[in-house]
Amino acid sequence: MNKEKHFSRNEQYNVYVESKIPKTKDFPTLIWAFLVGGLICVIGQGISDILMLIVPTMGIEEANTWMLIILIFVASFLTGIGVYDRIGVFAGAGSIVPITGFSNSITSPAIEFKKEGIIFGLCVKMFSVAGPVIVSGLVISFVTGIIYLLF
Amino acid sequence: MDIFLTYLKVFCVGGFICMLGQILIIKTKMTSSRILVLFVCIGAVLEALGLYEPLIDFAKAGAIVPITGFGRSLAKGAIQGLKEMGLLGVFAGGLTATAAGITCAVISAFIFALIFNSKTKKY
Amino acid sequence: MGKKMGDQTIAFLNKPRIVGNYSIVGKKEGCGPFKDYFHYILKDDLFGESSFEHAERKMLEQAIGCSIKNAGMNINDVDLIVGGDLLNQIISTSFTARYFDRPFLGIYGACSTMAESLAIGATFVDGKYLNNVVCATGTHFSTAERQYRFPLELGNQRPPTSQWTVTGAGSTVLRLADEGHMITKATLGKVTDYGIKDANNMGAAMAPAAMSTLISHFKDTKTSPDDYDLILTGDLGKLGSEILMDLMEHNGYKLGKNYNDCGQMMYNNNQKTFQGGSGCGCSAAIFNSFILKKLDEGVYKNVLYAATGALLSTLSTQQGDSIPGICHAVVIERDSKVGE
Repeated sequence: MNKEKHFSRNEQYNVYVESKIPKTKDFPTLIWAFLVGGLICVIGQGISDILMLIVPTMGIEEANTWMLIILIFVASFLTGIGVYDRIGVFAGAGSIVPITGFSNSITSPAIEFKKEGIIFGLCVKMFSVAGPVIVSGLVISFVTGIIYLLF
Repeated sequence: MDIFLTYLKVFCVGGFICMLGQILIIKTKMTSSRILVLFVCIGAVLEALGLYEPLIDFAKAGAIVPITGFGRSLAKGAIQGLKEMGLLGVFAGGLTATAAGITCAVISAFIFALIFNSKTKKY
Repeated sequence: MGKKMGDQTIAFLNKPRIVGNYSIVGKKEGCGPFKDYFHYILKDDLFGESSFEHAERKMLEQAIGCSIKNAGMNINDVDLIVGGDLLNQIISTSFTARYFDRPFLGIYGACSTMAESLAIGATFVDGKYLNNVVCATGTHFSTAERQYRFPLELGNQRPPTSQWTVTGAGSTVLRLADEGHMITKATLGKVTDYGIKDANNMGAAMAPAAMSTLISHFKDTKTSPDDYDLILTGDLGKLGSEILMDLMEHNGYKLGKNYNDCGQMMYNNNQKTFQGGSGCGCSAAIFNSFILKKLDEGVYKNVLYAATGALLSTLSTQQGDSIPGICHAVVIERDSKVGE
């Protein structure tokens, strides 16, 4: 078949398919993302405030780091018992964007690929989802530092 | 009253950042890896431009807990490292600032992966 | 009269018959509208095994074994097992086949595997090269999900155009016999690609392939959609089957009430699968339970079963390639002696 004809046929078909895709109600998912995301942040703030109450010597930076550690640990646990993916079904980005989502994306492949062995399954695949986050984060932090060095 | 207002700010800013992510998912069909990568980069760039610190002063955990806060820590670490150690600090700073979070994520993933097995999704 | 009709269709003049069948599905599918038709419903998706891959093999093993038993045969009577699945290097089917110690042909037609194996099996039987051929295929949601998509525990949202891979397996035994529903024709499909790149919209990627095969079939056999009691596509899902109906109408064939799709039939609306089921197991399980049962009861007299497959891999998707589709069709005619 003529390649150009092929191309225009495919273009038409893609446009047609796009028009056929059912329009989902976006609004409820936005609200859920807002509520769940907000709630996770409020829990974080609560943890950090309580920590500073209990340990008066703790500075705000230190308390925030502890808060992140606790959130990451809890999210990892919730992933393990199979609760976090159910929150994700309705919360969407509300449970992906907070640091808990980062923890979920490290724990979930680790659990999933355990069957292929501790080294080549669990350890190798652990970063199959979150790897790009760490790589891109480190690259951009390095670039930021270099730019500050030059200017 | 003050504390209520703080928590309201935390809730709204945190929720708003997540909602931005959800809009991106709906509009661009991005997968969660891409969303996380994008938000880390946005956080780092905002920090480099000096815009993220005011947001943290305003919203506290509402700006720290979202993954943009992770990007901010990475950028902040590199800048601080530069001030303290020069070029070597640029290399070491980012990871130093986020070491606790990453290590905790890896350790807890390792522990829970050993304990739990994967389960079929219901929905 | 030759056995080839028109361009892509084979006529089976000796009429291979379906003498045994078996279907097995997972828990979620067992809550769907066909729960009373399946032969066996898993109580948990691990099926007592250590991994989902092993569970998939065990399902296939049970499907093949029990279909042979239902045909009143012994495993040594089987001349050939034809089958495939979705996993890389079709490990589920070939690993299962080693337990049976009989000749085996592994095929890959993605979700069209059931129709493809029926066409191949019927050809061997009709040509009298072999006496008894087993055609089998199966998929498991959890193995397909981790191969094609994300880890199960990842808290992501499935897009609204996505389909749910069916946990299930089906097996059919073919033989030249005096009794049983007959496979009379098969139309072998062409790989068709209309440039859909979204791996979460498989229905749209496969619908043109289904259209191509169905139109060839109607032209080759000089039939029309009204000549069949049921035209059943494999796993286009709700969106895909709407697209197929539009495409067919555009080409002058109207698919009416006698058209349905295994993907959209598989689940109830409240099971949150969006567009319905997909995977080899989807049409294999429905074909080997509901369809053959309804043929037994005489509700249908002839069925055009066109299973569709999306020939993608994670690699091709990541490299930004479009998704080619394929569709094979077989015609099953009712044996009026059955059920009397």
